[in-house]
Amino acid sequence: MTTTPTPEPAMVKETPGPTTGKKSASRAAREGLTSKTASGVSLVIALLWTLPTFGLLVSSFRPEREAKGNGWWNAFTDPNFTLDNYREVLGGEGDASLVTFLVNSIVITIPGVLIPITLATLAAYAFAWMKFKGRDVLFVAMFALQIVPIQVTLIPLLSLYTSPPFNLRPLAGRDAPAGGLYELWLSHAIFAMPLAIFLLHNFMREIPGELIESARVDGAGHVEIFTKIMLPLMAPAIAAFGIFQFLWVWNDLLVALVFSGPDVAPLTVKLVNLVGQRGEDWHLLSAGAFVSLVIPLAVFLGLQRYFVRGLLAGSVKG
Amino acid sequence: MTTTEKLIQMVIAIALFIGVMAAILLLTQRLKSRRGERIQAVAFVGPALFLVAVGLLYPAVKTAYQSFFGANGENFVGIENYIDIFTNSGLLVVLRNTMLWVLLVPTLSTFIGLVYAVLVDRSRFEKLAKALVFLPMAISLVGASIIWKFVYEYKGTENTQIGLLNGVLKALGFDTYNFLFYSPWNTLFLIVILIWIQAGFAMTILSASIKAIPDDIVEAASLDGVSGLKMFFFITVPSIRPSLIVVLTTISIGTLKVFDIVQTSTGGRFDTSVLAYEYYFQYFVSLNQGLAAALAVVIFALVSPIIIYNVRQMRKLEAR
Repeated sequence: MTTTPTPEPAMVKETPGPTTGKKSASRAAREGLTSKTASGVSLVIALLWTLPTFGLLVSSFRPEREAKGNGWWNAFTDPNFTLDNYREVLGGEGDASLVTFLVNSIVITIPGVLIPITLATLAAYAFAWMKFKGRDVLFVAMFALQIVPIQVTLIPLLSLYTSPPFNLRPLAGRDAPAGGLYELWLSHAIFAMPLAIFLLHNFMREIPGELIESARVDGAGHVEIFTKIMLPLMAPAIAAFGIFQFLWVWNDLLVALVFSGPDVAPLTVKLVNLVGQRGEDWHLLSAGAFVSLVIPLAVFLGLQRYFVRGLLAGSVKG
Repeated sequence: MTTTEKLIQMVIAIALFIGVMAAILLLTQRLKSRRGERIQAVAFVGPALFLVAVGLLYPAVKTAYQSFFGANGENFVGIENYIDIFTNSGLLVVLRNTMLWVLLVPTLSTFIGLVYAVLVDRSRFEKLAKALVFLPMAISLVGASIIWKFVYEYKGTENTQIGLLNGVLKALGFDTYNFLFYSPWNTLFLIVILIWIQAGFAMTILSASIKAIPDDIVEAASLDGVSGLKMFFFITVPSIRPSLIVVLTTISIGTLKVFDIVQTSTGGRFDTSVLAYEYYFQYFVSLNQGLAAALAVVIFALVSPIIIYNVRQMRKLEAR
């Protein structure tokens, strides 16, 4: 889609600005406002976007009595910090500890990312480079299924899991294999498919066709081309979509509420319950919220480059 | 299940999946005849097609069919559920709220994202400034709702305040305000949460697109004496129009399906419900299958034209 501009040398040196010799559209626009107003406005926005998170972070380190008793900004005049809140939410056994739900989130997310990406990469390859009857019709159909919101699918999908046809083993309910994890994995794979195939297909079409053709002439089969040529070239695109899917599955609430049994509920579900049951216990809520934020934030910050590229390639899932 | 059991189950599932996929690839690898190619194609697309057919296509058709049936899903009621959605006073509030969300979230997040992108563009702190606004994108809607519920936290004016906003109100000498209680204003305060998340998305896309505006256009305009706000409205905005539309439509789609914020912040109480929340509530709490299905179909009807438009715009962008 949009390409990032390559820095060009300033060819015409008629506006020798103090910092750069070149004017960008936004820079010129900004000069119209006085630069003081401009930096004032951007500072206000930056503050509004950080303060709420920062306040909760500070609260998560304050002792219970203080976190519930006065505003977090008091922590600066009367600093008093503790790790007790984190000890309390992470300690305990079974459902009392967030560790249980953290494990659930991890166990749900890893296959929930791996399975759809593998299947989508294979399908995208076939749609891009294999010749078979009905290929274009099928691709358009797959593409069109992006318009189905997941709400439309949840109820029938749930009844398929609880009472599948042909005497198959139910994936939901008390006797479900792996405590009902399979229905979560499958659901996340299903919901990711149309967008994943669409995005990966777009990336694959950018790879020059001669590369594939010459490999074919040399006698390489599709499987060989796929594993030896495509996968290495596609790694950045796969990473980009992988981060998307990771954030989507990790942060999901609706799919988890509908499909997960109590045994395998992820962090998001536990947090919503905490808000409902202990809505006034801000020392616990704040610590709990940050436990759930640490992993996605780390992944996000570490792989931001790929994520931005994925964003720019366009995404309409939600 | 214990932690170890869960991890073992996960490893088994992954191993099973990899095993099956590897077997399929190895078995079809040798096939080179015409018929073999066809089998290979089936092996590559088959699993994805099967998942989508069973998991998306069939359920969508079934839900559309169910929307013409009553609460227990057995007696045919015609279009009664749909009439209900557009006449029942409680559900009309849901529609009104949804309308507010869809109007305000895309426009305001795009506006803020655009202004911010312009303001920090090529400034000394651009990277850091962008990261600050971008970061909420990694936060779950549940986490964001908790963060903002804390900002909105209400205590009577005479008490010590722990919520930031009421703390400010009190310090300025005003009475404190129960932000999440009074309809219709509470919906606006929930909308703020999604704007807070989506502005980063808008900023990222628009910033890339601003940087791609050719310098000669800008230089020509400034030679003609165009500058300041005029430059913004007559050069910047028209140049990034396609990206603006993609951003607006993408956020609209996400907004129509938003469920987590309402569920976490108010649980749909105090007249804050929206279509996506009401769907969940009607099915799992009120146990009204027919109405829930009809609500899902309404979401579908609202989302699909936007997605189609969005995709066409994206195609245009790619063709450039």
